[in-house]
Amino acid sequence: MKGPSWFNVTSMVFGFTFLYLPILLLVIFSFNESRLVTVWGGFSTKWYVELLENDQLLAAAWVTAKVAFISASIATVFGTMAAIVLARAGRFWGRSMFSGMIFAPLVMPEVILGLSLLLLFVAIDQSRGFWTVIIAHTTFAMCYVAVVVQSRLVGFDRSIEEAAEDLGCPPLKTFFLITLPIILPGVVAGWMLAFTLSLDDLVIASFTTGPGATTLPMKIYSQVRLGVTPEINAACTVLIAVVTGGVIAASIATKRRQSQHEADEFAAAG
Amino acid sequence: MKGWADFSYRCGTWWGSVLAKKSVGPLRREFAPWDDVTERPFIEFRNVTKRFGDFTAVDDLSLKIYEREFFALLGGSGCGKTTLMRMLAGFERPTSGTILLDGQDLAGVPPHRRPVNMMFQSYALFPHMSVEANIAFGLKQDKMPAEDLKGRVSEMLKLTKLEAFAKRKPHQLSGGQRQRVALARALAKKPKVLLLDEPLGALDRKLREETQFELTTLQQDLGMTFLIVTHDQEEAMTVADRIAVMDAGRIVQVAPPAEIYEAPGSKFIADFIGDINLIEATVVEKSEGGSVLNAKEFGIHIETASTTSAAVGDTVWYAIRPEKIEISHADTLETDTMVNAVRAEVWDIGYLGDVSIFHTRVDETLAIRATVANRSRHVERPISWDDQVAMSWGRDAGVILEA
Repeated sequence: MKGPSWFNVTSMVFGFTFLYLPILLLVIFSFNESRLVTVWGGFSTKWYVELLENDQLLAAAWVTAKVAFISASIATVFGTMAAIVLARAGRFWGRSMFSGMIFAPLVMPEVILGLSLLLLFVAIDQSRGFWTVIIAHTTFAMCYVAVVVQSRLVGFDRSIEEAAEDLGCPPLKTFFLITLPIILPGVVAGWMLAFTLSLDDLVIASFTTGPGATTLPMKIYSQVRLGVTPEINAACTVLIAVVTGGVIAASIATKRRQSQHEADEFAAAG
Repeated sequence: MKGWADFSYRCGTWWGSVLAKKSVGPLRREFAPWDDVTERPFIEFRNVTKRFGDFTAVDDLSLKIYEREFFALLGGSGCGKTTLMRMLAGFERPTSGTILLDGQDLAGVPPHRRPVNMMFQSYALFPHMSVEANIAFGLKQDKMPAEDLKGRVSEMLKLTKLEAFAKRKPHQLSGGQRQRVALARALAKKPKVLLLDEPLGALDRKLREETQFELTTLQQDLGMTFLIVTHDQEEAMTVADRIAVMDAGRIVQVAPPAEIYEAPGSKFIADFIGDINLIEATVVEKSEGGSVLNAKEFGIHIETASTTSAAVGDTVWYAIRPEKIEISHADTLETDTMVNAVRAEVWDIGYLGDVSIFHTRVDETLAIRATVANRSRHVERPISWDDQVAMSWGRDAGVILEA
């Protein structure tokens, strides 16, 4: 085996640097003693302590968490329903238009999505706030859920559902007893994706929010306009830690399950 | 619960017979409800048609299946056999026609209310449930009391020799074990009819043959009606009381296996089931006791016990199975009496272990096959490649098929 060529090594180093150097800098400077963002003044965790005392930032974080949780849950329900229709309904009139419309928000500029939602809320005279952000986030996160769940449904053996019905289980009950548990990994992945998307959305939230419903990204953005503080760096580092931890835990769980499954199958065949 | 006690008793008997290594059990010579005009059919398809767009999967088909019968639908892929079964289970709705089960019209009855259970080709086991839970699933839908449920599940586990695997998940089982779980799950509710969709397709040959015999014994002991869909003619012949051969959405013949094999209703069936020689001939003489044919191309006359509705002078096909032809050295044949015998040259020999197939040629275009059981261990055979041989057969060896 030849080692990787110099070209591969260079492009890999370049790529990873490009992706992670800014994040690394952010994490490093969150432990900066100095208030000046670009000057290293020694190691300190004082900005994290200060973060805990910043009520405004904490309130924004709480709003974000609530918005993300609720909108991800609603988006998961609707997205799963859309995925089932797309995967199951076969060919019906307007199918390609329907699927196109489901997936359009994936490529639609967020500004347009946010603006159109704002116009809608103004038109129906809906005062903007917490719930309008949730509706907006549900709308665009739903498509991501639909995509993830649909990929899980593609390999689904329909005869398993037929077997359940054949054994006396009505269709709706079959969905909850048989289909849902089998596609659950896809549904959970869809929920997590929707949650993350809602967590870090700035553009759509800015368009559709109102007084008293400031999300964390909005708060950070507005503070940064007045100058980057190490406190913001600390907040971002916490966010990164949470997301990274979640991703690593999920992939370890999947990997373990998969290798256990393979071992079982190997044992059964032998 | 009396019915169930009876059922479990029968299961136990079946289990005992397996342990004792008994063979198939008594052949049911007397079982022929289809010959009895007073017998009421248990399942009846009346002029059933099913179309998918432009494609007609089942074409104006009528069929009667009787209680306690082991019935096989046999045909190539796309002949409509699976569609027919799925209509009985309720997964497809007929475009027109009626399906009756025990006198009840099944139109509008959803799958979960039909008293039939199906064993799927892919087994369709619930991957997130243990073997036990899979078997109990149907019983739970019926709200069976926990005690009875436990009893029946363990009975089913015993019946299918799965006691040791009760707590396992489907992916922890081998193919044969999964097949057994699927069977136990479909049998657990004691359905009026058990539908089997290519149930043994995924098993290897040896296991398949074993399971075929077990299925027939099980069916006889439980006294259920079984309907099996298969493309494997050997499987259909082994398990079924009657076979319906299907082609292009229609049934071409319904008959017991021996009749299908020995008296095929048409050239298609003769060709589809097993191996056969088809000889074109004209009718020379016909009477109550048989017919005489002239096979011009072969230069021979054929005397047969088979009768025909074709007129003298008409062209018919004489069909004869390879195992019914005797092959011997040519010098044993008297040249003048070319009746039910023909001279040929051995062109190829296929050695299959139990039998050898002799491919012989009468001339460039006319070929006849004969199979010979290999009754001694000698590999060198008295008849070999390029030998001049005589192929001969008896009066009752072949059958006349109308062209």
